Order: sequence, then C-alpha cells, then structure tokens
Amino acid sequence: MTDWMNDPAWTALGLSLRVAGCATLLNLLLGVGVGLLLARGRFPGRNLLDTLLTLPMVMPPTVLGYYLLTLLGRRGPLGGWLQEQFGINLIFTWQGAVIAAALVAFPLVYKPARAAFEAVDGQLEQAGRVLGISEIGIFFRITLPLAWRGILAGLLLAFARALGEFGATLMVAGSIPGKTQTLSVAIYEAVQAGQDDSANRLVLVTSLVCMLVLLLAGKLAPGRVAER
Amino acid sequence: MASVNLRNVSKRYGDNPEVMRDINLDIQDGEFVVFVGPSGCGKSTLLRMIAGLEDISGGDLLIGEDRMNAVPPAKRGIAMVFQSYALYPHMSLYDNMAFGLKLAGKSKSEIDAAVRKAASILHIDHLLDRKPKALSGGQRQRVAIGRAITREPKVFLFDEPLSNLDAALRVKMRLEFSRLHQDLKTTMIYVTHDQVEAMTLADKIVVLSAGRIEQVGSPKTLYHHPANRFVAGFIGSPKMNFIDGTVSAIDAETVTVQINNGGLQQVCVAASGIKPGDAVSIGVRPEYLQLDSDKPVIKATVSTVEGLGDFSYIYAASASAEEPLISRIPDALEVANGSAVGFSIKPHHCHLFDSKGEAMPRTTPRTQH
Ligand SMILES: Nc1ncnc2c1ncn2[C@@H]1O[C@H](COP(=O)(O)OP(=O)(O)OP(=O)(O)O)[C@@H](O)[C@H]1O
Ligand SMILES: [Mg+2]
Repeated sequence: MTDWMNDPAWTALGLSLRVAGCATLLNLLLGVGVGLLLARGRFPGRNLLDTLLTLPMVMPPTVLGYYLLTLLGRRGPLGGWLQEQFGINLIFTWQGAVIAAALVAFPLVYKPARAAFEAVDGQLEQAGRVLGISEIGIFFRITLPLAWRGILAGLLLAFARALGEFGATLMVAGSIPGKTQTLSVAIYEAVQAGQDDSANRLVLVTSLVCMLVLLLAGKLAPGRVAER
Repeated sequence: MASVNLRNVSKRYGDNPEVMRDINLDIQDGEFVVFVGPSGCGKSTLLRMIAGLEDISGGDLLIGEDRMNAVPPAKRGIAMVFQSYALYPHMSLYDNMAFGLKLAGKSKSEIDAAVRKAASILHIDHLLDRKPKALSGGQRQRVAIGRAITREPKVFLFDEPLSNLDAALRVKMRLEFSRLHQDLKTTMIYVTHDQVEAMTLADKIVVLSAGRIEQVGSPKTLYHHPANRFVAGFIGSPKMNFIDGTVSAIDAETVTVQINNGGLQQVCVAASGIKPGDAVSIGVRPEYLQLDSDKPVIKATVSTVEGLGDFSYIYAASASAEEPLISRIPDALEVANGSAVGFSIKPHHCHLFDSKGEAMPRTTPRTQH
C-alpha cells in the first residue's frame, strides 16, 4: 500500500499538473491579451505578428526548446540579464518547464481567443460606450463574458497540450526526478531504462488525465457556443 | 432636449484621405432629422461623430450650447440605437434596459420606474424577463429603443434601425417612430438609405453624397426643389427622368430647350449661369411625363410595362435620354411592349440642370403642382 503511494509516478503527475497549470495560467493572461490586441487593434505588421504567434503550433518542440535555451541560458540575452539583475536562473528548473510548455501551447489559446473576440459584435461594445461603461468595464462586463466559452475551450486544449509537452521541456528543464521530470519525460526515461512496469503505470495515468481534459473541453466546445 | 450644430466638420480615418468635409449643419431642438445617401457616403460616420464613437478630425460639434468634440459618448446626453440592436445576449431585457441607469448610479426604484415606463410606451411589458434571443426582430428593436428612452437623452441617434426587419414590420415600426417623436418631442437624428423612411419621418432631410452634404431641406423642398441632379435623382421613387438638350432661348421666367432628337420644350425656371447653346438636362418625375400622341416633344419605344393595380409604370427607351424614361400612366390605358409612344411635359413640371448638374430655381409656386 505504502509502496503504491510512494510511486514516483505521483510525483511526476503532480509536477506535470503544476507545470501545465502554471503554463495555462500564463497563457490565459498572454493569449487573451494578445488575442484581444490582434482582434481589435489596427496596426502595421499585424499579419506578420499573427504568423509569428502561430509558429509554435507548427515548429518542432525541440527547435522551440533550442530557441528558449539560447535565449534563457546563462549566456543568453535574457537569461544573462535575469541572472545578473535578480540572480534568477530558469534552465533546469520547473519554472523553465512552465515557460517551455506555455510557449508550445500558446497558439491553442491565442487563436480561439482572437476568434472569440472577433465574433463579438462591435456594436455591443459601442452601445456600452454610449451607456457609459469604462473601457475596462466594457471588456469585463461585455466582451469577456461573450467571448468566454471560446476562450475556455482553447484553455483546456492548451492545458492538455502542456501536460503532454516533451521536446521543449526536456531541452529547457532537463529530466531531474522530483524536480523537472514531468510525466512524459518520466515515461521516456522509464522506457529507455527498460522499466516496463513503471512505464505502464505512467502511461495509464497520463491517458486518464488526457481523456478527462478532452471530455471537459468537449462540453465547452463550439457546438455549445453557437446556441448562446 | 437640445439643438445640434456642426461647424466645418471633417473626418479622416488614420492617414487615409478625408471621407467627410465641410459639414455644416444646424439641427433645431426637437427636430426629426434624417440622413440619407447612397452606401458609403458617410451617414454612419457622421452619426457616430455626433455620438462620440468616432473622433472628429476637424471643426466643431455643439450639442445645446456645449462644444462636445472631446466629451465621452456617455456624457453627451445622447442615446443611440444600432442597426443590429446591440442587445446584450447574456442579460434579460429588463437588465438590458436598466444597464445604462445602473451605470449612472440611479437608485433601484428610479431604475424600475424608468424601465417600466419605457416598456409600456413600447408595449414590451410582458417580455421583460426574457433573453434577447427569445424575441423577434421587431421586439428586439423595441427593446433597443426602450433602452435608449430610459436614458432620457437630449438627442436620439438611430443608425438604420429598421434595415434588418422585413417590409411589413418596417412600415409598422416607421409609424411607431413617428408616434414616438410626437410623444417625446426630443431631437432625433435618423440614418437610413431608404428614401421612403426619409420622406415619411423627417422634418428635415440631409442628403449626403461622397462625404459632402448635397442639400438640406424638408421632404417637400427636396422633392419639388432639388438643388442638383444628384438630389433630384436620389429623392423620389421611381427616379426622376433626365432628358438631354441645349438652351435655345431664355426669357424672364422661362427657358426654352431644344431636346436632343426631340422638339422644343418650355421650362419654368429662372435661368442663371446659362446661355443659348449650352448643354442642359430637363428633369421630370414619372407622374408628370405624359403620354401624348398629338404634339409629342419626345419619342420613345416601350420596353417594359409594370402594372401596379390602379396605375402602371412604363419604361421606354428614347434617343433623347441616356436612361430609359419612366412614365406613370392610369391602368386603364393599354400600352403594349415594343410600341412607339410620344411624351409631352407641362413647363411648370420641369426641372432644369446645367452641365454641372446644378438646378435652376423654379419659377412656379409649389401650389400649382
Ligand atoms: N473604420 C474605418 N476605417 C477606414 N475607413 C472607414 C471606416 N469606417 C468607414 N470608413 C469609410 O468612410 C466612408 C463612409 O462610411 P460610412 O460607414 O459612414 O458610410 P454609410 O453612409 O453609413 O454607408 P452604409 O449605407 O453602407 O452604411 C466609406 O468610404 C468607408 O469606407
Ligand atoms: Mg452606415
């Protein structure tokens, strides 16, 4: 019994959930913010920016991981600065894994968020302005409630994607058991080491969690949005 | 209630060329003013500048005595009704109507009284608990108007409020707008590209074209004394006929025109800026272009006959006009497709436009029509 409880699979699952959760929270802020900016803003370079922001969806995670490593490494432009100014190092930490997972999953939040904002009738916002709501009020009381379902569906998919993240995470955070070894990385390590038992358990846990997330996402997906 | 004055107002979007210029307009307190014009002429832009939803690039906007250029929409004392109704789908009708008042910090009882009053004016009392999606288009528009009424604005702004409704409902709602204006006596500015709405609702019509005001006047003035060919062609349905010719003689109160490929036509206008030999066009409305086989001044060939019950429109191609001539004839008159016909026009039913399209002042009093 205690053996079952102390299984390293739970540690890996806990870490995975924490990393995916934080990455999703980050993406909630960034994806919604950037989605709104591109849905409403009219500025030069808008299409180019959209392409750049969608890139993580098609680029191999290892390439993204490599970019992050170069950027955040001790000698990287951002990593060096963080180290000097605040003594922060992100490489081989679970926070680094969060950033990797967030980057990979970002388009999954940004794209639907932007589409959801674009689907909100601009006249509703204008009517709000005439009625005297502040710009912040318009966002929180009109735009966001109307776009929320679309955003939420994107967030759940992004969470699932972050949970399964492997390539970029391994490059940036490595595979330190109990510290940065997430479920998918642990599975890889278990298989490499020939620990079939452990691999089986990890795979089972991962599959269950993914199914749960997808079921939830299905409940919120576009079919329901339409009947609003 | 308040007057609205625009002084040399212009508008450009970003770095694009101006889409509106030299807009000068005085709207009296309590007036019902309609902006009409073809698509893209700037009707909505002008309305939205008055509402404060669009920046004013140049000139001044006054509502009442106050310059409003930099005042946020909610502080201008206006209420606006949008083409798509702009009701909040996540709120009940009651909440939709109460929303603005809540924001303005009114007390619960004040809000309730205002909402119930507006709802009863518009006969939507029984719908207040519903969500917008459970309403018909006409009911939604009533709620949107109700939301505007609860604000007790000094000026109502309507941007094509009826264009999403079917024809029958449009007529019904048009009458309600009339009644509403009689009841509230508030200044109303109404955008439409339906000239029947414009003619029936307006105290004053503002005709816009390509970002400019072409003419401002009462429906009767615009109909009988259009300032130029654009207004003459835009107001009235079916369109006014334009017949090409050259000036042959000018008298004190009449001009004689030699119609191209036709006869001599007297026109009751005071000539200004034209001389014999100049190209002009005669304007005549379909109801005044009369079939005449005795002494026709224009010859044409009938291409279509449109029976409408008590009268018919005939469309006839003529060498004297660019577009087919349209004539309204009594239904009893049988005219066959393809038959050759002649037309004549009474001099006091004619309009005259110079080559630039400017109208000559008509010399007959309106009562003679
Ligand atoms: N946000 C914008 N950015 C740039 N140009 C605009 C913008 N909105 C309108 N315009 C331009 O301004 C002009 C006037 O547009 P507006 O919407 O006021 O026309 P309208 O008379 O209301 O037409 P409609 O009858 O089709 O509603 C058009 O040429 C249009 O292309
Ligand atoms: Mg418009």
